[in-house]
Amino acid sequence: MRYLPLTGDDRQAMLATIGAAAVDDLFCDVPESARLTEALNLPDHQGEIAVTRHMQALADRNVTAGDGPFFLGAGAYRHHVPASVQHLIQRGEFLTAYTPYQPEISQGTLQYLFEFQTQVARLTGMAVANASMYDGSTGCGEAVLMARRITKRKKAVLSGNLHPHYADVIETMTRFTDDHILRLPPVPQSGEDIAALIDQETSCVVVQNPDFFGHLIDLEPIAQAAHTAGALLIAVVTEVVSLGAVRSPGEMGADIVVGEGQSIGNALNFGGPYLGLFATRDRYVRQMPGRLCGQTVDAEGHRGFVLTLSTREQHIRREKATSNICTNSGLCSLAFTIHMALLGEAGLRRLAMLNHENAVALADAIDGIDGVEVLNSAFFNEFTCRVSNAAAVVERLAGQGIIAGVPASRFYSGLDDLLVLAATELNSDEDIDALASALQEAVQ
Amino acid sequence: MNRQGRPSAPGTVSDQAPKTFTGHQGLRLVEPLIFEVGAPDQTGVDLPKPKGGVNRLGGLERAAPVDLPGLSEPQVVRHFTRLSRKNYGIDMGFFPLGSCTMKHNPRLNEKVAGLAGFADVHPLQPESTVQGALALMDQLAHWLITLTGMPGIALSPKAGAHGELCGLMTIRAALEARGDARARVLVPDSAHGTNPATAALCGYVVDPIPADERGRVDLDAMTAKLDSDVAAIMLTNPNTCGLFETDIVEIARRVHEAGAFFYCDGANFNAIVGKVRPGDLGVDAMHINLHKTFSTPHGGGGPGSGPVVFSEALAPFVPPPWVVGGEGGFTLSETTGPESVGRMTAFHGQMGMFVRALTYMLSHGADGLKQVAEDAVLNANYVLETLKDVITASFEGPCMHEALFDDRFLKDTGVSTLDFAKALIDEGFHPMTMYFPLVVHGAMLIEPTETESKASLDEFIGAMRALAQAARDGDTDRFENAPVFAPVHRLDETQAARKPILTYQEPVPAEAAE
Repeated sequence: MRYLPLTGDDRQAMLATIGAAAVDDLFCDVPESARLTEALNLPDHQGEIAVTRHMQALADRNVTAGDGPFFLGAGAYRHHVPASVQHLIQRGEFLTAYTPYQPEISQGTLQYLFEFQTQVARLTGMAVANASMYDGSTGCGEAVLMARRITKRKKAVLSGNLHPHYADVIETMTRFTDDHILRLPPVPQSGEDIAALIDQETSCVVVQNPDFFGHLIDLEPIAQAAHTAGALLIAVVTEVVSLGAVRSPGEMGADIVVGEGQSIGNALNFGGPYLGLFATRDRYVRQMPGRLCGQTVDAEGHRGFVLTLSTREQHIRREKATSNICTNSGLCSLAFTIHMALLGEAGLRRLAMLNHENAVALADAIDGIDGVEVLNSAFFNEFTCRVSNAAAVVERLAGQGIIAGVPASRFYSGLDDLLVLAATELNSDEDIDALASALQEAVQ
Repeated sequence: MNRQGRPSAPGTVSDQAPKTFTGHQGLRLVEPLIFEVGAPDQTGVDLPKPKGGVNRLGGLERAAPVDLPGLSEPQVVRHFTRLSRKNYGIDMGFFPLGSCTMKHNPRLNEKVAGLAGFADVHPLQPESTVQGALALMDQLAHWLITLTGMPGIALSPKAGAHGELCGLMTIRAALEARGDARARVLVPDSAHGTNPATAALCGYVVDPIPADERGRVDLDAMTAKLDSDVAAIMLTNPNTCGLFETDIVEIARRVHEAGAFFYCDGANFNAIVGKVRPGDLGVDAMHINLHKTFSTPHGGGGPGSGPVVFSEALAPFVPPPWVVGGEGGFTLSETTGPESVGRMTAFHGQMGMFVRALTYMLSHGADGLKQVAEDAVLNANYVLETLKDVITASFEGPCMHEALFDDRFLKDTGVSTLDFAKALIDEGFHPMTMYFPLVVHGAMLIEPTETESKASLDEFIGAMRALAQAARDGDTDRFENAPVFAPVHRLDETQAARKPILTYQEPVPAEAAE
């Protein structure tokens, strides 16, 4: 077995040293009734050739996003990832390192986490960011719990245009706390008046921008209403590239920003692993969940980095911790940091505008089709159109090699005539033409 | 010998090292932050120029600069390569970090996970276009169910603690469904911190149970606390002392008799995979850290993956999504059933980790996985046996996959567990887990894993013995200043916490400061 270095002789010598006759003697504490005596009904070991064949055959049964015109978003986006990103994150010193609890031999991880935190804070317009959460959805749940700790209030108001999976996760995470979650119905054509629902019991309002249907909204009036009532605004960003074109949530008054960072540096991966971004104001730092990296000095006065403010965390505080989270999305945050360092301000802004322009071109190409109506006036790289029986349209176009978007009916029963589409820098004019003609045919 | 033919002598490194112009010391390179190197108009990605028409951003255009530096590709590659060299990883050497299972991460896993058919697939594509992905999830589920002997599964939890949350919420949902709200969860003193934190997140009061003198759950103490108000016990097995809970079957029986559930923290499954099925022990729910037992990389802290397996009693309450096989192929059931605890995360879980874990399972097979457990246990016992005459072992008898020592052997030496760990860095090793579990003083928890050779263990054992001797001999210098051969010396964690600097701040220009 290629991953096991011990030889038969080694095993014998080691057993002799231990004074055991057989390795099963070392399992003597396992109750006899519970020991497996027969082989499990699973195949035996295989070499790289056979395993590769098996896995490749599974991979070949999937249509990939690169196989044809592709316009699917809804919380996960297909973007170009520079070749150097994958090369660098595959370095064994990053890939096979542990959580940097021994800072003297983890400065590589710690320094990029410090860089990552700074990038995320600047992008979101907040003072501080943590070293990442599992993903945007779980980060969102943590933000609601954090708002409760800060405000000592129990009512969270969720926008109806928050990604439905995110709203589901918030409901799951608060199922056994005594929080009250007010989840509003979706408003696909935009125009939700969430500010009117904020009262003196409200701990937070959770609003996504751009929202699930792609609408861009001004968070400022919502922030003002929240702050007047003593509540917090949690802003959710599922497409982080938008922050290169749109005012930051911090600038619009958000108190906590959670985001899905997958778009920068990370592949679609059928839904994971992704990268939870979590940022907030300075004064709430000690209520944050997750790891934080901070700057300090070593014994000789040289700059160095350590994990800090750990007294918030489960390994120190146990049942009194701010969260039970331990693992973060380390390697995904490294991919983000590298990609963002490559882009820089200039590259990010250009990337964002390319996304927007392609989405505008896509919207214009399909809005004129009889039976298709684009609902959005303000959007970034994603929008919603009304088209009869969207699920059937998506299925039909998939048969023609075009992934057209996601039907809203996948998330909401009753919303059968809505299709959510995204465009990125990877879509060509030909992709857009192909979708437009196929859509035209489908709705006739 | 060097190229000039002059012998290079050991021990000539001293504090007399020359002060260099750059601050670098050969391969010990000082690396600035990207914010000190990059420029706002520089970029390492060549993108087409936008056409620049009228935008439809609704007046929400970003006006203020983001203030992000850009770097060219060569600068980026060099920066992150230099950073990487300040890290220790399994690829570099022995990583005996107890409770973390730092085993070799096979590169085949990485190659397969990078296949476009897995990496470039969107979670919301029509089911007809993702049959391979659904088949993979189904196969992974089959392996986990077979290896654990437990019929229910939730693949979506993102990491171990997330799996714990999933498991404990499921237990609470099951109890509430039978109208039996309970308030307490029993957690041993030796448990991972995530266990009590998770119980608290589920609204439970944590009730600690002590260990007995053998390092196991004190059966009598546990039984005394078991009443109709206890929802569950959370137990790690093998436990965090590296010991199999000998009374586990009886514990499960008593827990069930009291109407409670048995949650098992599966962090240490590596010790028993292929040898013992948790389902046969009476476990009701257990998460499996794919990044421990099934070799997906730790990645400097994540991402992880924590699927949870369930007993028959809990299966109706597991979170969506579920992969369902049928004649027409696989479908993905995404709606929450009436009894389900609800969605744990967006989409379907850590697919990239599922691919790696299944690749690993197929590589090892049933026979290889059994060998994994046996070699992991053999390696740990070898370390225990060869060190216990000089370093105090905390408990009698053989251990499972990790060996627990404490700091009694350092009594009156002036050397602490922390010092000892830092001295190990100078010896070229990643330290063992220190000060955990909390049930012994100055704990040192050593988990070699099965992917270490005997030679590698012998070198480590030699270093440990030498350090123990040095501590006894009063050679405290090598401990007090350790590590001296790391990229940085000991860091001031107190300062970091007292005045937190969590993001880069531009230095204030001299004239402005005046």
